[in-house]
Amino acid sequence: MAIMGFPEEEYFACGHRACAGCACATAVRWITKAAGKDSILVESTGCMEVISTPYPETAWKLPWIHGAFENSSAIASGVAAALRAKGVEGKKVVAFGGDGSTYDIGFGHISGAFERGENFTYVCYDNEAYMNTGIQRSGATPFGASTTTSPAGKESAGKIEWKKDLMHILAAHGSPYLASASVGYPQDAFRKLKKAMETPGPTFVNLFASCPTGWRMDPSKSIEIAKLAVDTGSIPLYEIIEGKHFINPQSSDLSKLKPVDEYLKMQGRYSHLFKPVRREKELAMIQERITQNLQRIIDLSAKGF
Amino acid sequence: MEASHAISEAVKMIKPDVIAAYPITPQTHIVERLSEYVANGEIGAEYIRVESEFAAISACLGAEATGVRAYTSTSSQGLALMFEVLFIVSGMRLPIGMTVVNRALSAPINIWNDHQDSMSCRDSGWLQLYAETAQECFDLTVMQYKISENKDVLLPSMVGLDGFTLSHVYEPFFIPEQKEIDDFLPEYVPTHAILEPEQPLTLGPIGFPSHYMELRKTQVDAMEGSLKVIEKVFKEYSEKFPAQIKGTRPETYYHIEEYKMDDAQVAFVAIGSVCGSIKDVIDVLRSKGEKVGLVKIVTYRPFPMEALKKSLKNVKKIAVVEKALSPGANGPVFEEICSLLFEAKSDAEVRNFIVGLGGRDVKLDHIQKIFDMAKKGAGKKQEWMF
Repeated sequence: MAIMGFPEEEYFACGHRACAGCACATAVRWITKAAGKDSILVESTGCMEVISTPYPETAWKLPWIHGAFENSSAIASGVAAALRAKGVEGKKVVAFGGDGSTYDIGFGHISGAFERGENFTYVCYDNEAYMNTGIQRSGATPFGASTTTSPAGKESAGKIEWKKDLMHILAAHGSPYLASASVGYPQDAFRKLKKAMETPGPTFVNLFASCPTGWRMDPSKSIEIAKLAVDTGSIPLYEIIEGKHFINPQSSDLSKLKPVDEYLKMQGRYSHLFKPVRREKELAMIQERITQNLQRIIDLSAKGF
Repeated sequence: MEASHAISEAVKMIKPDVIAAYPITPQTHIVERLSEYVANGEIGAEYIRVESEFAAISACLGAEATGVRAYTSTSSQGLALMFEVLFIVSGMRLPIGMTVVNRALSAPINIWNDHQDSMSCRDSGWLQLYAETAQECFDLTVMQYKISENKDVLLPSMVGLDGFTLSHVYEPFFIPEQKEIDDFLPEYVPTHAILEPEQPLTLGPIGFPSHYMELRKTQVDAMEGSLKVIEKVFKEYSEKFPAQIKGTRPETYYHIEEYKMDDAQVAFVAIGSVCGSIKDVIDVLRSKGEKVGLVKIVTYRPFPMEALKKSLKNVKKIAVVEKALSPGANGPVFEEICSLLFEAKSDAEVRNFIVGLGGRDVKLDHIQKIFDMAKKGAGKKQEWMF
C-alpha cells in the first residue's frame, strides 16, 4: 500500500551500507521513487555512491552511472544528448550529489548545464559538509558549525562563513523550477521532487538531509531534526517557479518559528556554542540571519517576485 | 585542405551521435568546422557546447555510456584538464574517440607544438595513434573508432597531430565515398555498458581492494590484445582504401612506418610531423652513402614492442628524437626504446635528442647534427637541440 502518497515500488534496495539514521539514504530512496522506472540516474562521488555500489553488488534497480566527484551534471548532459540522438522520448535524467559536489567542486558544471538549458533534474542531498571524507566544511556548511577543517577552538566558533545561497545563484540561470525541501517534510519533498522531474529544462531541488555521524547527533532523531531545521527557520522551504518565489506555509510566519537553540542543541557540531559558556554573540548572529533570510523570501513571495 | 579539416571531414563521415567540445588553440579549426556541419544539417550529431574540457570529456562519457558514438577534441591545457576523467573513461571501457592537436603545456604559456600533453597521458589507458600528414589524420580518425569499438578492445583512443605544423598546414588528401566509410565502420552497437531502463545496469561502482586489481588487469589485457586488432584494422583499411596520393601515407598502415631501414646502421626514431623533415635529411645522407633510416611510431599505446625490436634489430646507433620530456629522467619514448633494446640484448648505442619544444623550429640542420652526433655515438645521453 502506498504510504503518504509515495509509490510502493522500490528502486533503491535495502542492504546498502549507509550509517544508522542516514537521512541521505532516505533522500535518494525518494529521488528514485519520484523518478520512477523510466529514468536514468547520474551520481557524483560521495557517501551515497560508496554505500550503494560495493562491486559486484549494487543497491540500484534503475540504470545508474557514476563518473567523478564534480561532473555528474556534465555526464547527465551527455546522457540527455544521447537520448535525443537516439530519438528516445519520455525518459527522465536525474543527476544528484551531496553538497560538496554541488555547492563546491561541481558547481561550474551545474552552472554550464543550467546555462545551456539541459533537460534534467539535479538534486543536492545537502548534509552540509564533506561527510564521506570525514566531515570537512563545504560551501553549504552553516556559520558556526564545527567541522574537521573548521573546528571550534579557543579562537574559533566553528565555520566563520555563511552558507552559500545556491538556490538563488541557480535561479539567476533562468531555471524553470527550483525548490528547497527537507527530509523532515516527506510529502512536501516528494511533491517537489516530482514537480522538478516533470518540468522540462534544468531543474533543481536542494533536499536537506541529516547526517547523524557528521552532525554528532542521535541517529534515531534524523527526521525529527530535519523537521526542526525547517521549524526554526534554519532551512526555509520554498519554490522558485519561472522566476517567482512561493514560500511554504511552514516557513511563512516568523512569529511561529521555534528558537534556533532547540535545533542547534541537538547537534554536537554546535555544542561549542553552548559549552563551556554560551556564545551569545554567535547565537544572536545566527538568529538574526535566519530572520533576515526568511523575511526576504517571504517578501519576495508576497510581492509575486 | 588543412589537416584540421581532414579531421573534421573524417568526423563528419564516421557519423558521431554526440560531439562535446570546448575551444582551445590550436584545436579550434576542427570544432568550428564541425559546428558549421551541424548548423547546416550536414551531420545529425547532438553538439554540446560545454563550459570546459572537463565537461566535454564527461559529457562524452555520459553519451557513450548511453550507447552512442561520441567525439571530442582538445589540446594541451584542455587535455590536462581532462586528465582525471581520461582514466575513468578507459576504466569504464567506453570507446570514445578524441583528437589531440598536440601543443606545449604551461608555464610559460605557449600555444605551439610539442608532444608533452598527450605523452603525459600515456598511462591513462587510452590508445594513442600519431599522424604525420593530413591523409593520416583522416585515415587514423576513421580507424580509431573501428579499433576502439572492437568488442575485444573497448578502450578509448586519441589521435595526435602536431599543432600548427600539421593542423594548420594545407596538404592534399583523399576522401573516400561515404558509403565505403559506412561499410568499413558500421553503427556502434554496445553490449557491455549501456544505460537503459529496460535493463538497469550500475556503471562506475566502487571497487574495493578485493576486486580492483582484477578489473585493472582486464583493462591491461585488452590494451595488449588491441595490438592485433590495430594491425588487422590498419590492413583492412589500407586494402579497402588504397593510397591515392603519393607520399601522403604508408601503402599499408602498420604500428610503425619504416623509411629506408633495410640496411640501416643508424636509425632515427620519431613521432609525428617531424618525420617528414627527417625523411628529407635521410635522402640527402643516403645520396652520400650513409646507411641511415627512420622508424616512425604510429601506434604509441599500446607500445609496439615486437615491431620495434624487429625493426631496430641490426641497427648500431639510434637517435630518439622527441618533443616531450620527463624532467628528472629521459624522454618517454627514449626510455621505452632502451627497455626494448635491453630485452632484445641489443648493444646499439642510443641517445635522446629533445627537439621542438613549445613550437621551436626543427630545422634540417638540427636533424643533420643529430645524425652526426648519433653516428659518433659518444656524448651525453640527452641532448637538447635548441
